[in-house]
Amino acid sequence: MSTADIIARCEALYEDLDFTAARQWKEADPSRKVIAYMPVYVPREIIHAAGMLPLGIMGGGDGLEVIHGDAFYQSYICRIPRSTIELGLSKRMDFVDGMLFPSICDVIRNLSGMWKLMFPGKYVRYFDVPQNYRDNVGGNYYTNELNELREGLEHLSGRKITDEALRASIAVYNENRKLVQDVYGLRSREPWKVPSADVYLLMRAGLVLPVEEHNQMLKDYLAAAVKVEAQKRDNCRVIINGSFCEQPPLNLIKSIELSGCYIVDDDYMIVHRFLRNEVSTAGDPMQNLSLAFLHESISTAAKYDDKEEDKGKYLLEQVRSNAAEGVIFAAPSFCDPALLERPMLADRCSEHKVPYISFKYAENSGQMQPIREQAGTFADSIKLWS
Amino acid sequence: MSAKTNPEVIKESSMVKQKGMIAGNYDRLTGTKESGEKVVSTFVPGNLNELIMCFDMVNNLPETNAIQNGMRKQSGGMIMDAEKAGHSEDVCTYVKADIGMMGRGNIAPNGKPMPAPDMLLLSYTGCFTFMKWFELLRHEYKCPTVMLQIPYQGDGKITKNMRDFVVKQLKEEVIPMFEQVSGVKFDIDRLREYLKNSAKAEDNLVWVLESAKNRPSPIDAYFGGVYYIGPMFTAFRGTTDAVEYYDLVRGEIEQRIREGKGPITPEGDMKEEKYRLVVEGPPNWTSFREFWKLFYDEGAVVVASSYTKVGGLYDQGFRHDPNDPLGTLADYCLGCYANNNLPQRVELLEKYMNEYQADGLLINSIKSCNSFSAGQLLMMREIEKRTGKPAAFIETDLVDPRYFSHANVKNRLESYFQMVDQKRSGASLATA
Repeated sequence: MSTADIIARCEALYEDLDFTAARQWKEADPSRKVIAYMPVYVPREIIHAAGMLPLGIMGGGDGLEVIHGDAFYQSYICRIPRSTIELGLSKRMDFVDGMLFPSICDVIRNLSGMWKLMFPGKYVRYFDVPQNYRDNVGGNYYTNELNELREGLEHLSGRKITDEALRASIAVYNENRKLVQDVYGLRSREPWKVPSADVYLLMRAGLVLPVEEHNQMLKDYLAAAVKVEAQKRDNCRVIINGSFCEQPPLNLIKSIELSGCYIVDDDYMIVHRFLRNEVSTAGDPMQNLSLAFLHESISTAAKYDDKEEDKGKYLLEQVRSNAAEGVIFAAPSFCDPALLERPMLADRCSEHKVPYISFKYAENSGQMQPIREQAGTFADSIKLWS
Repeated sequence: MSAKTNPEVIKESSMVKQKGMIAGNYDRLTGTKESGEKVVSTFVPGNLNELIMCFDMVNNLPETNAIQNGMRKQSGGMIMDAEKAGHSEDVCTYVKADIGMMGRGNIAPNGKPMPAPDMLLLSYTGCFTFMKWFELLRHEYKCPTVMLQIPYQGDGKITKNMRDFVVKQLKEEVIPMFEQVSGVKFDIDRLREYLKNSAKAEDNLVWVLESAKNRPSPIDAYFGGVYYIGPMFTAFRGTTDAVEYYDLVRGEIEQRIREGKGPITPEGDMKEEKYRLVVEGPPNWTSFREFWKLFYDEGAVVVASSYTKVGGLYDQGFRHDPNDPLGTLADYCLGCYANNNLPQRVELLEKYMNEYQADGLLINSIKSCNSFSAGQLLMMREIEKRTGKPAAFIETDLVDPRYFSHANVKNRLESYFQMVDQKRSGASLATA
């Protein structure tokens, strides 16, 4: 199978706002249940161990006409909640049995309550995470929260989630994490072979497919990608930061590369890479998930940095390890966490003489010319002056 | 040319006392260099004033500074300064006003420079933005920062896990940091004494807020409410001053009820109570008086508001409990209005609509406050559906003058009051 074949399938999944693949998965066995989740992170292992399908909902993108959703939000609120409501009201998510709203910002937090009011009878959980990373403080709290999630899913599915099932699910997701890292690693090494739009679509597919199927897809892609004959361009290497929640349109990602940049790392759909290393499969699985969150999770604006010196550390490490030449701060309009974080990260970039630019987008941004010009100028300036 | 009015400014004893308390606090804050007292910056919703007092520290509240600057027409320039320095036009204007204030010398309302904080206490009940705000302040001040994470009531209840987490953070993170920075050993009995004072003042605060159930309402529970709640929210809860203040307020309101008076406005007693409203959302501060006037000119009095509950839902039964000092602080933080989920907020507003016999709900949606604003349109629909009373929506901002349009707000309010009238006449026709 060629990379083109794989990506064609991913693109079809990406464009399918009726989530047909997930519907089919559910229809194959009447006892199956689907639990949707919003960005940025939920422990999908627990959902998987319950025999359920975790389904990532990243809003409606640019392919969804938002009609009802806009009636729920003022003009100064980002786009993802309104298109998510549109997905709900238009019955595109009618097969979904439950929804998790992670702790990202006040908008997504409040959306969890809106969901409760709008879709009574559905399992809805605001999935809180600790911002305190000490084992006996934030860790204890988080382990208990994970257990509450476990109990909630057990109640919904009518079956116990055993430790053994959890360990098995952790192992499957460990494999997924490894394969995802491999894809990112390959793109970083040879970005001309692995376009960012491909990586993006591959990861999007991982949000709607069973993890085992995604693992196979990643393996197939990696096997095909190394054989790709592609011309290396004189592009500059950039990191994208600030896009962890509302996703940009695919055209925006393509536009950045067309303007002369290779995206060598990003924070799109970070649920796949939120935990940097393997989660232990020995011992207490809930504690292992908790400890991995505390000590192995990446840095993002939805998290608190305990120490001032940690601010920007992860971004600078991304720059260093990917030999990036610049950072593009690309945040959705009205995204509080990303936009509040940006001045601090920009300061860190300045201190370390890492060039950067900033712009905003919405998931339905249609006009790419200004972004292409800005990114192109940025790339030119790096090539000429850095 | 219209004749200039000379509005009568009524100052009740409580107002004079409060003014003195606030001025005294700013003098104390700006005098720490001389006094040697340590300063802790913290937030208003879920503030831990009683605990701070145990360490002899002075608290500085950045939101209050932003409000003060907003009311003094200073915040607009400060916000633009912050935006020029790279802060987005999309984010909270309290944050930008605070950051812009630093750039202009950090001058307090008394004209003296604010001291840099010795410590940041990041207790961010009900607002995610607060977390990033204090990261930004830490970035600037490089001072010790301690966080008290308050889990959100996603399922509309406070669980044991949440409460234990908050108490544990108090014991293992917050108190040790206070001891370290202040050099004062924590004394739980001292905390109990302050909590006793809080509970006393809270009883009278609730009595004052509930006095709005009278017709006419002797208070305005939104614009005027900001006055009555002030000491409880900020640097005074737990003090004997706060106890005395609420004794005074209660006495004054009892007198107003006896005299059948409506609330005090900046232009004297409000004469006729034509509309009784429940208001959701914070007020606009840059045009506060102008904004208020749009209501009292029409005879509209706010009988209950959600904004006055960001510092605690005392009217729903919560009192600080000296018998469980740390547990009660946890309950307090977890229970603040903005930490309640949407269904809880709707239920509370519905309750207010019924208990205070309101004619309608008005939502003042704040551009830069997603904690309040996201979901308000659904809340509006729910309240209309549940109560059959009309609801309306206006949009302003906290301290960014660019987002207060007097004409737009006036038009909306006038249309709204017409709607209330129509609803009333419809109702009376139906019963005729």
